[in-house]
Amino acid sequence: MSASAVSQSAMSAFSTPVSPIFGRLTLESFPFHEPILVATFAVVALGGLVVFGALTYFRLWGYLWKEWFTSVDHKKIGIMYMVLGIIMLLRGFADAIMMRLQQALAFGGSDGYLPAHHYDQVFTAHGVIMIFFVAMPLVTGLMNYVVPLQIGARDVSFPFLNNFSFWMTVGGAILVMMSLFVGEFAKTGWLAYPPLSGISYSPDVGVDYYIWALQVAGVGTTLSGINLICTIVKMRAPGMTLMKMPIFTWTSLCTNALIVASFPILTAVLALLALDRYFGMNFFTNDFGGSPMLYVNLIWIWGHPEVYILILPAFGVFSEVASTFSGKRLFGYTSMVYATVVITILSYLVWLHHFFTMGSGASVNSFFGITTMIISIPTGAKIFNWLFTMYRGRIKFELPMMYTVAFMLTFVIGGMTGVLLAVPPADFVLHNSLFLIAHFHNVIIGGVVFGMFAGIAYWWPKAFGFKLDPFWGKMSFWFWVVGFYFAFMPLYVLGLMGVTRRLRVFDDPSLQIWFIIAAFGAFLILLGILSFLVQIAVSIKNREQLRDVTGDPWNGRTLEWATSSPPPDYNFAFTPVIHDGDAWWDMKQRGYKRPLEGFKPIHMPRNTPTGILLAACAVALGFALIWYIWWLAAVSFVALLGIAITHTFNYNRDFSIPAEDVIRAEDARTRVLAAQVTP
Amino acid sequence: MTGAVLSRFRVLALLPLMAFLSGCNFTVLHPAGDVAWQQRDLVIISTVLMLIIIIPVMALTVLFAWRYRQSNTEARYEPEWHHSTHLELVIWAAPLLIIICLGALTWMGTHLLDPYRPIERISENQPVPANAQPLEVEVVALDWKWLFIYPQYGIATVNELAAPVDRPISFRITASSVMNSFYIPALAGQIYAMPGMQTKLHAVINEAGSYRGFSANYSGAGFSGMHFRFLGQSPADFDAWLASAKAGGGDLTRAAYLELEKPSQNVPVTRFAQVDPALYNAILNMCVEPGKMCMSEMMAIDAKGGLGMAGINNVLPLTYDKFARRGTVFGGSPAMVVGICAPEDLVTPAASVGAFAPRQLAPREGASAARILGAGLPAPSFTPISAPADLLAPAARRPSNS
Repeated sequence: MSASAVSQSAMSAFSTPVSPIFGRLTLESFPFHEPILVATFAVVALGGLVVFGALTYFRLWGYLWKEWFTSVDHKKIGIMYMVLGIIMLLRGFADAIMMRLQQALAFGGSDGYLPAHHYDQVFTAHGVIMIFFVAMPLVTGLMNYVVPLQIGARDVSFPFLNNFSFWMTVGGAILVMMSLFVGEFAKTGWLAYPPLSGISYSPDVGVDYYIWALQVAGVGTTLSGINLICTIVKMRAPGMTLMKMPIFTWTSLCTNALIVASFPILTAVLALLALDRYFGMNFFTNDFGGSPMLYVNLIWIWGHPEVYILILPAFGVFSEVASTFSGKRLFGYTSMVYATVVITILSYLVWLHHFFTMGSGASVNSFFGITTMIISIPTGAKIFNWLFTMYRGRIKFELPMMYTVAFMLTFVIGGMTGVLLAVPPADFVLHNSLFLIAHFHNVIIGGVVFGMFAGIAYWWPKAFGFKLDPFWGKMSFWFWVVGFYFAFMPLYVLGLMGVTRRLRVFDDPSLQIWFIIAAFGAFLILLGILSFLVQIAVSIKNREQLRDVTGDPWNGRTLEWATSSPPPDYNFAFTPVIHDGDAWWDMKQRGYKRPLEGFKPIHMPRNTPTGILLAACAVALGFALIWYIWWLAAVSFVALLGIAITHTFNYNRDFSIPAEDVIRAEDARTRVLAAQVTP
Repeated sequence: MTGAVLSRFRVLALLPLMAFLSGCNFTVLHPAGDVAWQQRDLVIISTVLMLIIIIPVMALTVLFAWRYRQSNTEARYEPEWHHSTHLELVIWAAPLLIIICLGALTWMGTHLLDPYRPIERISENQPVPANAQPLEVEVVALDWKWLFIYPQYGIATVNELAAPVDRPISFRITASSVMNSFYIPALAGQIYAMPGMQTKLHAVINEAGSYRGFSANYSGAGFSGMHFRFLGQSPADFDAWLASAKAGGGDLTRAAYLELEKPSQNVPVTRFAQVDPALYNAILNMCVEPGKMCMSEMMAIDAKGGLGMAGINNVLPLTYDKFARRGTVFGGSPAMVVGICAPEDLVTPAASVGAFAPRQLAPREGASAARILGAGLPAPSFTPISAPADLLAPAARRPSNS
């Protein structure tokens, strides 16, 4: 090689110019040339304009800002989390249906309709969004809403932190959504394995969007985990010992312990990847002593507990639902609690089963395979516990219970294929295949998604004072369940035919039929999602017919059903005293009478806009770092620190609800209840 | 012994699958290589073991959901019944027993089917003959195609792999840039192919035929086209295949490899009649590029205490790029460590980590001393070479910073 050629190519090593004002951002960063994205943008922009216009026309901005965005009320924050999760579900599902369509079309020489550049972003975004911005907000939202009510608390331990956590999660979601129209998202798969995600092989902004979206959201998740642990440990009503806690609170406690112990690992590993990409530090590069295997280990030491972070609260929901709708105390409460704790601990000892094929020795692989199988023992015990909760019960098949039975039938299949994948030699032939895809959708849809829908249907009347429309709920249920089987059973089949994941085009025409069936299943799930949205709209429209004034529409067993629906800001006028695991059931059995007098002023936290401002700065900082806009990074970072420090000097953070207001609210409830008893 | 146990189950376990098997090509359930057969057996036995508990649970779920429905007032209703020690024992012990069986199976299966372990049998009742010479294949995952080097025959192919039936195959696997997974479902389970690292796989193909092989780990834009044919051939056909590859011409030198390595998609089958014998080790040690230090060399130097501050200067600007850019916005210009061994040292891995003769401590072609960069020090007149020879002698371990 001649010297001149050498120096020329060395000079062109930095090919991307970085402007001092716009960083890497140029007009070419906007995907005008991709009609699918332009159309999507047009639809989103139009929809956004309509929403913006409507909010302005009905003068709702002030209301939203004062009552919701700046609210520190755990109930409102919980609802906002759920809204975020449902909105992002639409985005994540749009990605899913694009993938299904591409894979169903790209046969017989056809390239499908998505080029690799686009398709690879779609499957990455689908995974990232569904885990971080759908499942996590739904789970966190449900815990946020329900846990303080179940333990008889007025709010979480750190109400402001709760608001801040929520907005950081939103901030991460905004960065992911931004990548759709400004630049691009990662083309690496949802865990962004290096070296592919390193600067050498992914020099574009996609992986930077990935890193900063997850870092911003990760702050929120970690803080919310700390907050809920504190709440559960310190703020339980008197008499509620740990072994008298509702099972959903138990699973929440374990989930948040997992969050607090595992999310810092994600933060650290993404920080190391960022150092690789920004400072050339070679933690995970091929050269200079870097080790991509280190990244794979670290990300799964977070990643495996993450799946239990998602599934444990769903287990909690099913436990509550099974016992409520069977009209029966939960079978084996103690073993349920121990099973949950055992799963929590074991979830840290199994991460290597995600990469048996990386070349570990047989003893290492066997160890992690067997620890994985051991997890199925407490999980199996849980399934039996729900089973024997139904045994000798009086089962009311309302929507939440339907989801619970569907879960029990579906989840055991996913559990079985999961244990199968934990056998290393079996994994060697099934790893990364569509069998694996079918397996984890089987447990995530059959477990987490069904759990969340059961939870939404179960606690909706608590949050809004009216039940969800049963007809559209059942439509949604059947579309989801049938759609799931149509969408994912073909993937099991394809996996056994040796078809691997993330393929964009196929050359074996005999496979096409299975992809078409799977696409049909995805279409059914689309109908399920639409039915769910219709269900909400119809229920709001018919809220007077669906109204529940008792606050206890299901003949519930735990404390959240003791208060009104929706609960007052202060949740409970008097902190209840607990004598039994099923506290509210016990109170009802003993002829509990609501106190009607002696109300006192109630000390409450005050709303603050600091959370939303901090998150806005974090989004700006993330955006600046993604695009190398250094001045904006500096400004937003200083603003972030400044606002945080200023907030520490804000001593005006609490107020008292005057006794008169409490009396007014409680008297109104007394009248409503009295009217109910004598119609 | 496991073989016998497995075979007893084989027929039984297959029954429900027969219907499926007739219609479609379930490679994973009906492979053509002995290792994949044993893995398939494990898949089926594990599934059957778990079904012992899964099926009753599903049946009971449906039964209880039906019998204890609200409208059935005939059924017993015991709202306070929530504990039974006997039942608890059963619900913990039943899964435990299954998992003990499965765990034992896993331990044995994982050790017997460890891809690093040379195979001991050609098929169920046919042990590997004592004098069998395994076919050696060096596999390199490139962007986005597969390179196969046959060191015993001095040929190489792209996107086509051939092996005689019933002869053990020993794969050594690496990659050029990103992670891939080397997978031929009909032959044996997969194993990752990673740059700068080597994984191994031992297998045998029992039936002649043409099978599909591919990457099972997403590796970028051309991933979908990264597949190849694996030809199981009779020994005579294999010899003919070798002869045609030999006759076809083409020489896979280092320069040719660097061209081949550049990203390309849906690459047609290519054969090379000759191949640089040191190429695979150079790829594995990431030093095909002229002047770059091999990893084995770097590790040998580091194991003996390193080159100290002098080593900091021992880098060259990176000249060869697979993609748009290497190097980072704050990290300085992309660089590589200059090699001080000659390529010939790499013919065998043992040689590359052996003692260095002073003769070899000369800058290699392409590593002009004038362009060597320093981090913090002025570029010296090639300091690393003048490092005393005892530095590299096994006994003299030197503190790295003196």
